[in-house]
Amino acid sequence: MALAVVIFLLVIGSIIFHFASPWWFTDIAADWGSIDFTINVTFWVTGIVFIATNLFLAYCVWKFRQKDGHKAVYEPENTKLEVGLSAFTTVGVIAMLAPGLFVWASFVNVPEEAGQIEVLASQWQWQYRYPGADGQLGTADVQLVSIDNPFGVNPEDPNGQDDVVVNDPVLHLPMGQPVQALLRSHDVLHNFTVAQFRVKMDLVPGLVSYLWFEPTREGTFDVLCEELCGIGHFIMRGAVVVEPQEEFDAWLATQPTFAETQAQSAPNVAAGQAAYAACASCHGQNGEGNQALNAPKLAGQQAWYVERQLNYFKQGVRGGEGDAEGAQMVAFANMLADDQAVRNVAAYIETLTDTPAEPTIMGDVDNGYDIYDRNCAACHLDDGAGTWYTDAPKLAGMSDWYFVTQIQKFRDGIRGLHPEDDYGEQMVSMATAMSGLEEIQDVAAYINTMR
Amino acid sequence: MAYVPLADQDKEMEMHHPHSWVEKYVFSQDHKVIAIQYGSIAVFTGIVGLALSILFRLQLGFPESVDFIDPNFYYQAVTMHGMIMVVYFLTALFLGGFGNYMIPLMCGARDMVFPFLNMLSVWTFLISIIILMASFFVGGGPTGAGWTLYPPQTAMEGTPGHDMGIILMLISLAVFIVATTMGGLNYAVTVLQYRCRGLTMMRLPLTVWGIFVATILALFAFPALLVAAIMMLFDTLLGTSFFMPAVIEAGTPLDHNGGSPILYQHLFWFFGHPEVYIVALPAFGLVSDVLSTHARKNIFGYRMMVWAIVAIGGLSFIVWAHHMYVSGMHPYFGFFFATTTLIIAVPTAMKVYNWVLTLWEGDIRLNAPMYFAIGFVFTFIHGGLTGLFLGNVVIDLPLSDTYFVIAHFHMVMGVSPILVLFAAIYHWFPLMSGKMYNETLAKWHFWLTFLGAYAIYLPMHYLGFLGVPRRYYVLGETDFIPASAQDLNASITIAAIFVAAAQILFFINIIWTLKNGKKAEKNPWGSASLEWQAPDLPPKHGNWGEDLPTVYRWAYDYSVPGAHQDFIPQNTPESEEPTVDEEHFDPDTDESKADV
Repeated sequence: MALAVVIFLLVIGSIIFHFASPWWFTDIAADWGSIDFTINVTFWVTGIVFIATNLFLAYCVWKFRQKDGHKAVYEPENTKLEVGLSAFTTVGVIAMLAPGLFVWASFVNVPEEAGQIEVLASQWQWQYRYPGADGQLGTADVQLVSIDNPFGVNPEDPNGQDDVVVNDPVLHLPMGQPVQALLRSHDVLHNFTVAQFRVKMDLVPGLVSYLWFEPTREGTFDVLCEELCGIGHFIMRGAVVVEPQEEFDAWLATQPTFAETQAQSAPNVAAGQAAYAACASCHGQNGEGNQALNAPKLAGQQAWYVERQLNYFKQGVRGGEGDAEGAQMVAFANMLADDQAVRNVAAYIETLTDTPAEPTIMGDVDNGYDIYDRNCAACHLDDGAGTWYTDAPKLAGMSDWYFVTQIQKFRDGIRGLHPEDDYGEQMVSMATAMSGLEEIQDVAAYINTMR
Repeated sequence: MAYVPLADQDKEMEMHHPHSWVEKYVFSQDHKVIAIQYGSIAVFTGIVGLALSILFRLQLGFPESVDFIDPNFYYQAVTMHGMIMVVYFLTALFLGGFGNYMIPLMCGARDMVFPFLNMLSVWTFLISIIILMASFFVGGGPTGAGWTLYPPQTAMEGTPGHDMGIILMLISLAVFIVATTMGGLNYAVTVLQYRCRGLTMMRLPLTVWGIFVATILALFAFPALLVAAIMMLFDTLLGTSFFMPAVIEAGTPLDHNGGSPILYQHLFWFFGHPEVYIVALPAFGLVSDVLSTHARKNIFGYRMMVWAIVAIGGLSFIVWAHHMYVSGMHPYFGFFFATTTLIIAVPTAMKVYNWVLTLWEGDIRLNAPMYFAIGFVFTFIHGGLTGLFLGNVVIDLPLSDTYFVIAHFHMVMGVSPILVLFAAIYHWFPLMSGKMYNETLAKWHFWLTFLGAYAIYLPMHYLGFLGVPRRYYVLGETDFIPASAQDLNASITIAAIFVAAAQILFFINIIWTLKNGKKAEKNPWGSASLEWQAPDLPPKHGNWGEDLPTVYRWAYDYSVPGAHQDFIPQNTPESEEPTVDEEHFDPDTDESKADV
């Protein structure tokens, strides 16, 4: 008896939950209304079957519950009823499948007028490539990947020279223009998902997969990775900006082509050395750092990281509210006139002799090792050397007190939450691997053993 | 060797009766003891899987306040939870546990065909569990690659447990498959060869049909997983490139080239999809018998039910790539696999209709096993219908890899089979132990489990509609998922904790009843099927005493018009009770059916 009532209430409750629920698909921003249509058809067909079958179940349980003098009816089968139910079910299945297959056909066949772009995934970032004036993407190969050629574009391929390479997780697309995204991965499986576009597809190393859509709404939408790709899966975020054609064209014109990135002149170390004089007052003549002045050790840090952080200080991405020490850097970074000046000083810092900093932090090295090995080594590497590939700076031999303050800033949301700080944001999430100051110090103590 | 029906063999046939305590309870060759051993190991492992799920649910529900779970452990916990529950818990419990207990008894046999092999199977299973558990204690911990163990990330630096963890996982799987194969051959051969006189295939209870077809599926499906595991071990240990294309590991190119990660996915899901039915079909069978017995009514549409089991089993081998719609495989496959997948809905729906129609005009006894069985029908309808979303290839585009998938498969192959397991354990508990469980406690167990599970999984579908991705340690900031999604997540976690705690009632019930429970009378449910007709309760070694039974009718003669009581045991001759069974059979004149 109670069971029949509960089943009845669960059916009613599920209906109410559905209609009262604020949780539903986000508004569509691509020309895939046909997918939403198929979902709605399926929802109604299955919804009606759910209600009808369960209400009938509840009725049977209530009506035929055991009572005195009541006896079950012996009825092994009823061919007519069974055939009828099979036919009814088959019709329902066809009603759902048929539109589905038609929509799938239009997903599989990319329209001729669609433009092409490339989405490249690597642990744990998104990057994008546009075909340039010739409308053709150059060939690429994992073997060619390096810090200077992060896409692995084949330098011999004429088609690749004018490709526009965007080494940044934000994709720009023109409004109303169908686009085929060719999907490539350098390491593991990833999945390119924009919830508003409705479509998603895995990126598989060793092959090129694709999907296509036509953006129909301007705005900025999240790009999420939806195929487990290692410990950084949940922090592999990007964005796509859908904008009018003119704005898109203007943006694209500011991005370098592959040929330009390759032709970039080598940084001028001597000029960097001259500029470094301003840094030396705090960071020391040899980049050894000075804790009293809140200046971390720089010697040994990789140039790409120093360059990125200097640019962040210049652009106000770092050193904002709550970051008093970082704010001190803003004025100094602004003394570097242009990108070339930043590259020069970063290149000079890389030439400084790297003497490991003196340890200042004590902690439980074993616990530190455990945390580091489990959560940090994936990006910062087992020896703490860091690598451009995972956007992870060097930790080993660097200032341990600076490590502690920065992790605390990540945890407190002082660093990494600026919308432009795509890589710092990842550390905001990963820093939670350490439960508090004590564990941060444990990790610092372990890092001190890796010199 | 020519087959001689057991019934016609010399009574002195060797039964390997145990001579010592160790032979009786440890290295036993009695299928009933082996079944309990299999079941106990599986349940123990399942508790580990359950505990892991509570840990990562805490992280998902309360990411701000739970600081003892780091990303690394989160991925390890979800991975091990998945693998444990699917393979080491459900598969082992249904096939090794219920398959072992039920098949010989329901077939009227004294034991399995190969009792020694049967014993070897359970001990091999134990070894696979030990290897599995060992991975929690090695450097780097267990693998965190997701339970599907997709390469290339399984053995790469960025994945938790990428060194020893994954190797132990693969070895454990290989050993488990050896155990399953030894058991599976036994179950299949026993069903085919050891049925007692008069027991035709079309008179078998649906439990046996479900387990039998699931076993056949296991024998064909697990080799694909074995091959995949061995190939991945070669890739990891010997540097081959079956599944490894040229990739970069933390900035350094690896020395692999030309392998295909998608090949692995095909192998995995060629196993993985039948695996769903390896779990589901025994559940279908067991629940059919529980429903029929307590509705005091024959199972409705028996022949349809049998053919549905066979059809689902067959179709389950040609739907695997519906797990791979967005994997980057050739998209034309989508047409084929969407079609085959939705075709499966037809026999599956027929089973649901027939369960409900079995209740129609029945005389339903609403006890704990029946509560769980009816609860199963409800959750299975829910989970089956959401499968129609994911199977339809275009709908899978937005929903794949979201919480909708998790909600769907937990509903259909987590909650549903587990409700059947409890139905079956309560239903056959008097047979297995000779004691009667406590009805009140069992009903409380039902309410908390059933309602709690629905409170977990109904909202989870809506997280999926929102587009919340699965396997995220924390959701963090997005612009399209409202903050209220986190409230939903928190409520799901609270419900999960309740459900997990409710299982204590089950263990209290079992342990307390074993010690102090009242003795069960023989055939307490008035069941028609053969296992309840054994002379002893619980059945002794050899099951049938002096003489093997002879079967005269199907297992569902309930409320037959003109009968003395509302059930007729399968071994009651036509001379004593009326027969309405179409497969009318007289063992004295028709011998063709006795030995298939």
